[in-house]
Amino acid sequence: MFSRAYRAAITVPPLLWVTVFLVVPYALLFCYSFWSVSSSQAIVHSGSLENYRQLLQVNVYWQTLLRSMWIAARVMIFSLLLGYPLAYYLSFHARRKELLYQLVIIPLWVSYLVRAYAWKTILGSDGVLNTLLQYVHLTSHPLDFLLYSPFAVVLTLTHIYTPFAFLPVYAALEQIPRNLVEASHDLGASPFQTFWRVVFPLSIPGVLAGATFAFVLSLGDFLAPLLLGGPSGIMISNIVVSLFGAAYNWPLGAAISFCMLALVLALLFLSESLEKKWSFR
Amino acid sequence: MSRERTVPASRWLPWHAAIIFGFLYLPIATLIVYSFNGSGVGGFPPRDLTLHWYRLLFADDAIWTSVLNSLLVAFAAMAISLSFGIPAALALDRANFPGKVLFRRLVLLPLILPGIITGLSLLMLFRAADTKLSLLTIVLGHGTALISVATTEVFAGLQKLDRAQEEASLDLGANYRQTFWHVTLPNLRLSIIGAALLIFTLSMDEIAVSFFLIGRDNTLPLEIWGRLRRGITPEINAISTIIFVFSLAAIVTWYRLRARTETDLVL
Repeated sequence: MFSRAYRAAITVPPLLWVTVFLVVPYALLFCYSFWSVSSSQAIVHSGSLENYRQLLQVNVYWQTLLRSMWIAARVMIFSLLLGYPLAYYLSFHARRKELLYQLVIIPLWVSYLVRAYAWKTILGSDGVLNTLLQYVHLTSHPLDFLLYSPFAVVLTLTHIYTPFAFLPVYAALEQIPRNLVEASHDLGASPFQTFWRVVFPLSIPGVLAGATFAFVLSLGDFLAPLLLGGPSGIMISNIVVSLFGAAYNWPLGAAISFCMLALVLALLFLSESLEKKWSFR
Repeated sequence: MSRERTVPASRWLPWHAAIIFGFLYLPIATLIVYSFNGSGVGGFPPRDLTLHWYRLLFADDAIWTSVLNSLLVAFAAMAISLSFGIPAALALDRANFPGKVLFRRLVLLPLILPGIITGLSLLMLFRAADTKLSLLTIVLGHGTALISVATTEVFAGLQKLDRAQEEASLDLGANYRQTFWHVTLPNLRLSIIGAALLIFTLSMDEIAVSFFLIGRDNTLPLEIWGRLRRGITPEINAISTIIFVFSLAAIVTWYRLRARTETDLVL
């Protein structure tokens, strides 16, 4: 029903824009990762695997990458531990679920940066929590492990990504036909059997989507570690930022970013194939 | 039969939910309370309630310039994302071209990719093209990254669209342009308004991409970021509180609007 001209008019402009502003930049990132910086701070446009070799051999790079993955993994687990029961409660038991759903969404409208900052004012040595603890005489000195630690980063990122983990799980639970649950009950399954053998398996695609969101987005974060992480909470993106700033080594920064990109794409692919395996449609 | 007996319901579920809501709202509540705290950020209990920080804020030109910059960027990014995202959604819905699957994935990529990767890649592009970094480069960055939002929202809207209306319009002698403006777009208006609102808020809050594409003029998040690095004052609490109140008002308006439009559609 649609003419050739119409189809060309809706296809060509977005295709061109995406090529110029997404394909070319990602390709440039890939190219840069093989280049190097000369002693006079000019980019040398000749290819070598030197940057990738450094990545593997210099401890601080791969160790920071591993630490970032560990932080992201903890954020993923905690977000799901908080988000799944909440989604389950809203979907199956809560009375005013529309309102509660909105209450989960609203914190997303507060700037990400501002929420990280709010945690900083709570956790600091003269912050709200420490002064509260001293006010009620639970402690006599400020607890200084609260801020500037991986703990602070994980806590803040969990706070930020719990709604992201909640949303796909809730969507998956809402899609479960309620008569399946009733059938399971009628066939004599106990509530817990129904949960483990009907509800939970059907919610796995949502769990996977939520887990991917939480892991991938926290893996690349660099603002929360800068604000709250301290020296022991530095993440891989912080290294990239410094390589693109003061350290001025764009090619090495590009190589690290490209590894992150590859890791993220691999995870997306993995979660998508697992999702297919677990979807019953 | 009551649902409560068929799946496990335990007494701790509502408590778990309450604790999570507490966790989600604790920083926001702290933020708001301490924007009125005379003795600065932190310190329990809050004391010397004051509007001092708000007065300071209203006299702070740097902040308001950055708010204006952010609004400018958000509107411009919205224009770009919508004018390429709507056709992209139409193309995914009704055209076949080589690389369509790849195109769909590519458009969605900036949404799931850590912002730093998109930001850096665009920085390299602008450097290769010898473009000076400015608000314009941020607009291009946001516009491109948020095409994904426009495309997903409008594509979802298209799935619910009755194609017979467009067919009828074409059969009755309207050309494609007229059909697009008078039939397709009005039918998609809810998805488009939703996408526009989402793009607007995401752009207002965006920092990872802007971080690399910033020229001399700051957007609001970057202005806040700069101040956080120098030391913290309740002025930041005050501006955040004001923005939070505005966002809340926007959400409520949007839901009222949607509820009204949906009843219109039914009638």
